[in-house]
Amino acid sequence: MATFIIRRFFSALVSILLATLLVFSALLAIPGDPAEIILGLNASPQALAALREQLGLDTPAPQRYLNWLSGITTGDFGESLNYQKPVAGLILNRLKVSVPLALGGALLACAIALPLGIFAALKRGSILDPLIISFSQVGAAIPSFWLGLMLILVFAVHLRWFPAGSFIPWERDYLGSIRSLILPTFALGLGQAAVITRMTRAAMLDVLGQDFIRTARAKGLTEKKTILHHGLRNALVTIITVLGLSLSNLFIGSIIIEQVFSLPGLGRLALTAIGTRDFPLLQGEILVYAGTIVLLGFLVDISYGFLNPRIRYR
Amino acid sequence: MANFRKRFNLLAGTFLIMVVAMGAILSFFWLPYDPKVLNFGAQLSGPTGSHPLGTDQFGRDLFSRVLVGARGTLYVGFISVGIALTIGSIFGAIAGYLGGLFDEILMRIVDVLYAFPAILMALLLAAIYQPNTLTAMTAIGIATVPIFARITRSSVLVIKEQDFVEAGRALGAGHTRLLARHIIPGAVSPIVVQASLSFAVAVLAEAALSFLGLGTPPDVPSWGNMLREAQGFLTMSPYPALVPGLAIMITVLGWSLLGDGLRDLLDPRGN
Repeated sequence: MATFIIRRFFSALVSILLATLLVFSALLAIPGDPAEIILGLNASPQALAALREQLGLDTPAPQRYLNWLSGITTGDFGESLNYQKPVAGLILNRLKVSVPLALGGALLACAIALPLGIFAALKRGSILDPLIISFSQVGAAIPSFWLGLMLILVFAVHLRWFPAGSFIPWERDYLGSIRSLILPTFALGLGQAAVITRMTRAAMLDVLGQDFIRTARAKGLTEKKTILHHGLRNALVTIITVLGLSLSNLFIGSIIIEQVFSLPGLGRLALTAIGTRDFPLLQGEILVYAGTIVLLGFLVDISYGFLNPRIRYR
Repeated sequence: MANFRKRFNLLAGTFLIMVVAMGAILSFFWLPYDPKVLNFGAQLSGPTGSHPLGTDQFGRDLFSRVLVGARGTLYVGFISVGIALTIGSIFGAIAGYLGGLFDEILMRIVDVLYAFPAILMALLLAAIYQPNTLTAMTAIGIATVPIFARITRSSVLVIKEQDFVEAGRALGAGHTRLLARHIIPGAVSPIVVQASLSFAVAVLAEAALSFLGLGTPPDVPSWGNMLREAQGFLTMSPYPALVPGLAIMITVLGWSLLGDGLRDLLDPRGN
């Protein structure tokens, strides 16, 4: 198991290194002088020189990459040009919105999808199974941002149950913050619930068709025990993989949902960074997103190894 | 029952895609109104006899705009999935066939690309270029390459061990001929299924990118752009948001149903 974890750890590390290389070389691909693009054509030569200095454009690119990389290992992502503050601090502050949003979406999706998927698998052959499948197929086709708009229309504009597009900071009123995250969580989570329902059903059906389930029934276990201990436990291996993928999707999906609900999260910060040509901030943000995806993939692999011993010795 | 459902997926998917495709083709020859012409006499109207799906905040006909939007959606879908399919399956096939260092390097690259979904790729590209349809297609295309590479590679790994490939080699077939005539044809089914499913994802991604202002320029009527504009007028009329959203849903559902139907048809064991 230890060698398995170490091997996966290093391959995740290589992925993150390559990701930093990709993000860094994007800045190199900008045609012309980045300083001129950021400041515009009317910038004074002094301002241009100062910005070049700040971006370290006088040093050769490989040196600049290594400096940036060594900064990142100590948590220093550079300084935002627009906010004049450290990028790491800005990102951490925005994660207070994006992470609860993504986790809330995951919680909601699981709460809906796991029971529904298991239920559909157990009710195979009845009318309920194709019904659940159809719902999940349609659900997966609904764009989350459109669902967000519709939720605003119904629950914020007409029923006035929730605020539409404002966020109350956690420090001021945490119940208010939760309230302003409820509609976005639904907009984000329902689509994933549809996907996870299908996967859960498929995983359950796969396991329930195996011989050991028949053995469990034959030796006289109750149906409940058979399904929970032998069925679900084995189906979990597949389901956890799907959940890891879902968490990545939810985190990336939050970029759009934040835009729909005007939430001050990481995604909105990234879009602002593009508008203001704030390259250090944008680089840091993209790296945080990509790094999170790599990390989630790593964690999925590890949990996979724990749950399915056969994987470790491959 | 099961048989009917298999065929149902295929038929329903094809039907929905046909509806969208006919709308897109129709828009080249006939449109009820010019989708860009403003009409301040009929702003934000609901469905009426003259405007079957209503109008937006500038009085532009939503039916005409949604038809033109279908063009762009299918165009972006075909190009981006086409790029991904070509690059992904060629490199995936070579990696699976050759194995060794080439395979190792390629799979590392694929791993990294998995960490950059379409939106992240589009954000990265937006740092370099002014966002437009081309950057959106590139972002979606690159983000879709890994899935094709993986699928092709794993098919090729299985096929290359089969006897008929060995027979081809014994008959003196070179690497290119073996790959092109014996191995890749066997990997086509899963690639076709994935192409249909990836098309659905590409449609969603394109709409999302336009919605964020990272895709089709604002002056072109695309479904994502229509939704972004509708956002500010939700309280006054739901139709400008309702119409493009339903159009996206129909298209995505069509391609994912088709993908499922094709999987049942081409690869019954995979179900």
